[in-house]
Amino acid sequence: MGRKLLLEHIDVPGIETFDVYRNHGGYKSVEKALKTMSPQEVVEEVQKSALKGRGGAGFPTGMKWSFLAKPEGVPRYLVCNADESEPGTFKDRYLMEKLPHLLIEGMITSSYALGANTSYIYIRGEYYFILEILEKAIDEAYAKGFLGKNILGSGYDLDLYVAPGGGAYICGEETALLESLEGKRGNPRMKPPFPAIKGLYGCPTVVNNVESIAAVVPIINIGADEYLKIGTEKSSGTKLISACGNLARPGVYEIELGLSVEEFIYGDDWCRGIANGKKIKALIPGGSSVPILPAHLITKTATGETRYMSYESLSDGGFASGSMLGSGGFIAFDEDQCIVRNTWNFARFYSHESCGQCSPCREGTAWMEKVLRRIENGEGNMRDIDLLADINKKIEGNTICPLGDAAAWPVAAAIRHFREEFEWHVTHPQDALKGNYGLLSMPSITL
Amino acid sequence: MVKVTIDDIEIEVEEGTTIMNAARMIGGDVVPPAMCYYSSLPGTGGKCRTCLVEIAAGSTKDPRPMPKLMVSCSTQVQDGMIVKNRTSEKVIENRGAVVEFLLINHPLDCPVCDQAGECDLQDLGFSHGKAGTRYEEERRTFDPIDIGENIKLHMNRCILCYRCVHVANQLTDQRVHGALHRGDHTEISTYIEKAVDNDFSGNMIDVCPVGALTDRTSRFKSRVWFLNPMNASCECTKCSGKAVVWMFGKQMYRVTTRQDKYGEVEVVDGKPEWICNECRFDKKDLSKWTIEGPRHIDRHSVISQGHYEKPNPLKNATKNIE
Amino acid sequence: MISTQELQAKRPPFSTEKLEEVQGVIKQFPEGRQKSAILRVLHIAEEEFGGWLSPETMDYVASLLNIQPIEVYEVATFYTMFNLEPTGKFVFEVCRTGPCMLVGSDDIIEYIKNKLGISKIGETSADGMFTLKTAECLGACGYGPMLQCGKKYHEYLTPEKVDALMDEYRSKYSTENN
Ligand SMILES: Cc1cc2nc3c(=O)[nH]c(=O)nc-3n(C[C@H](O)[C@H](O)[C@H](O)COP(=O)(O)O)c2cc1C
Ligand code: SF4
Ligand code: SF4
Ligand code: FES
Ligand code: FES
Repeated sequence: MGRKLLLEHIDVPGIETFDVYRNHGGYKSVEKALKTMSPQEVVEEVQKSALKGRGGAGFPTGMKWSFLAKPEGVPRYLVCNADESEPGTFKDRYLMEKLPHLLIEGMITSSYALGANTSYIYIRGEYYFILEILEKAIDEAYAKGFLGKNILGSGYDLDLYVAPGGGAYICGEETALLESLEGKRGNPRMKPPFPAIKGLYGCPTVVNNVESIAAVVPIINIGADEYLKIGTEKSSGTKLISACGNLARPGVYEIELGLSVEEFIYGDDWCRGIANGKKIKALIPGGSSVPILPAHLITKTATGETRYMSYESLSDGGFASGSMLGSGGFIAFDEDQCIVRNTWNFARFYSHESCGQCSPCREGTAWMEKVLRRIENGEGNMRDIDLLADINKKIEGNTICPLGDAAAWPVAAAIRHFREEFEWHVTHPQDALKGNYGLLSMPSITL
Repeated sequence: MVKVTIDDIEIEVEEGTTIMNAARMIGGDVVPPAMCYYSSLPGTGGKCRTCLVEIAAGSTKDPRPMPKLMVSCSTQVQDGMIVKNRTSEKVIENRGAVVEFLLINHPLDCPVCDQAGECDLQDLGFSHGKAGTRYEEERRTFDPIDIGENIKLHMNRCILCYRCVHVANQLTDQRVHGALHRGDHTEISTYIEKAVDNDFSGNMIDVCPVGALTDRTSRFKSRVWFLNPMNASCECTKCSGKAVVWMFGKQMYRVTTRQDKYGEVEVVDGKPEWICNECRFDKKDLSKWTIEGPRHIDRHSVISQGHYEKPNPLKNATKNIE
Repeated sequence: MISTQELQAKRPPFSTEKLEEVQGVIKQFPEGRQKSAILRVLHIAEEEFGGWLSPETMDYVASLLNIQPIEVYEVATFYTMFNLEPTGKFVFEVCRTGPCMLVGSDDIIEYIKNKLGISKIGETSADGMFTLKTAECLGACGYGPMLQCGKKYHEYLTPEKVDALMDEYRSKYSTENN
């Protein structure tokens, strides 16, 4: 089944409490770091591990840490991004709900590395019940001397707080998150300056995903060399995958990067195939923002090579025939699903979640949503399909933050791979809404 | 000092200057249009995306072109940077798209809009827009509201540049209006009925690039190109008292700030000459002003068509009405 | 600006206990950054003051955080969790995003609509008990269809489960109010 670095003890009863967690090797990384390593050494270890950010963009965590500005007399902050709102992604929730102390341990070790004395976990408001779990665990950690003043007698102080959002996907974008944490509307900031120079309250700040911070724990415990042995050359370590859609056994799985996509979908240890014995029609491997893959590009790349669950293999073929690992939101579509309806659904999502600051995203996402709704409802025409392609080209790259791109890519990919299905909706208006183009009549797919 | 080339014209500017301001130092066609940036209001810019330019070379140190178009109002120049504005097809195409985005939900009610003739969106649509629309959906609509006794807000026309919010933040001590909701439902409003009655709130009208905020004391009185703008000044304890008064014969129809060729309030000795509400709304009487002479407006061609700087503009204007 | 006395007259202020909680939240942030507490205080206020944020509630929050009321309106209207109008006793927020749709959220939404006898999403049942809303992905995609009610998630929904859930909330309400 592969090694588990994060979820190894998840099924131990009571693991959400300090004592049980501690008895299963918990908080060792804090001891190791604070007692035997300098902050710089922790940063170097993470850099050496080649850990890539698990929030979606895959930016190397150690490199991000090394960019943090360190002006004298100015506080630095570590902010954990627990906003998890990318459709198809629910791994951070699973980790925080079941293993709150793993995140807290990661926050302490990472904050020490960055020289932050106050750190925040910004959690989406809908996860208020998890905020309560985390705060309970934080109280325990304070009581046991792992938070607060002079942690483990090392002279290092850290206060850790959890702050809720209020319902806004855009607050997962790191600068929108910081605005929100400052009590404002979640409007992304213009970059530069990057948070590493000017972040929370204008101070140098690192923003990392829940899973990235949790991964620091095993990296410090087993060492970067050992961590590098897991996964592939370009994708080290393990990754949490949120498997959902029409899978026989959806859920959160920890995989060693480099597992084959076929094994993950059909293997007994994993998703066990498509629900109800149906066939797979399409897959979105990394959360709603990444390009959709048609059946013939899921387990094999365009050149016929095996497709693996890794940063490099999922993006093999670029946007023409590949996709991205993204946040690991793995959404499978069975043969009865309508791609147009789903594309419209996601377009509506992005339009709903656009902060509205910049005109291409505000106007363009709403426009695409309306056009797609018409096509899905049998009121579209052929011109609309090209119009959509053109609108998303005009949004892409022209906006303040990547939400514009995230809204444009899924539409572009759906049209690229499933154009016939869009056209069928136009030519069969009476069937478009209730009927389904289906898998087997799709000419461009060979099974 | 750093050297930057914009549309093949080289200029030396101080470090930290934005591309927009470097272009304005050159002047003419090289200057990208700005719908949200406003020099006297720090924090504005970056939102409308009309000022996108192509960076053909990042700097002497790193001469690679930038993959994306950049907003000139918020991007600083680097030594050796090569910028393409109207010489870039990509810019023309994408700017056209931005203009289309700004127009899809716009009511296109210029015939009844007070801003017509001095509207940045009208000018932009004219220079960059396409004839005809590809937008077949319903336009979003809001009801016009009064924000305060003297200001009318037509949200339908708003392009969400946020300039008026910055005016309220920077010139008044208590902001009561702002941006509410989000996405394409974003709206400028007070949420619950509240009067905007700060001494300097009227300046919101002048910074608004479109007809979303208009002066209730002069609404519907006349098309702006029939009026005769004059530089005027008065003794005022609250503001500089330097304004432009817009005359229709002997009648004073409206009072505004003095604006430069980019439509921004004039800055004298480093200070923007905002005017107070009393000067703007309550002094519509020639006896209260000293007229300095005709005001040249070189920005909006349609105003200049009124030939008001020639003697007896009134005669021309009435002829136009008939 | 409305005075504190006026505010208190309009709106029962937080209990001492809640005020202490609010002070605790404000203390999590550096001096002068009390605005950072706004989202959490709005959540608390909504729960305390009838499940929605009236303008008076928001003005009260503004006064607690020493900021302008418009700053609260701007924030409260940006984030979709806050109810800006009164709702039923319980609000069912059904996730309608892609992954949940793939496993039948459309049908669940339709079912709840019929069951409550309402014609549109956003409406409240005639007895004032339930309001139906939709939400975007709530991070339960593998366990859909799902809905959130208050702080609780209800997953793997079927029509039968929805029936049971409604009964549960109804009886919860009657025990709490008897
Ligand atoms: C629209 C948008 C939404 C995002 N949502 C999330 C999110 O919910 N969680 C997350 O960790 N990162 C999210 N990100 C990525 C963050 O901006 C940021 O890159 C990430 O938190 C960095 O952490 P990492 O390097 O550890 O991945 C989002 C980005 C964008 C543009
Ligand atoms: S791209 Fe969209 S979400 Fe991002 S800043 Fe612009 S309007 Fe807001
Ligand atoms: S009302 Fe005018 S100034 Fe204010 S945001 Fe809208 S367009 Fe800009
Ligand atoms: S003027 Fe530069 S983005 Fe609006
Ligand atoms: S799509 Fe419904 S919870 Fe994610």
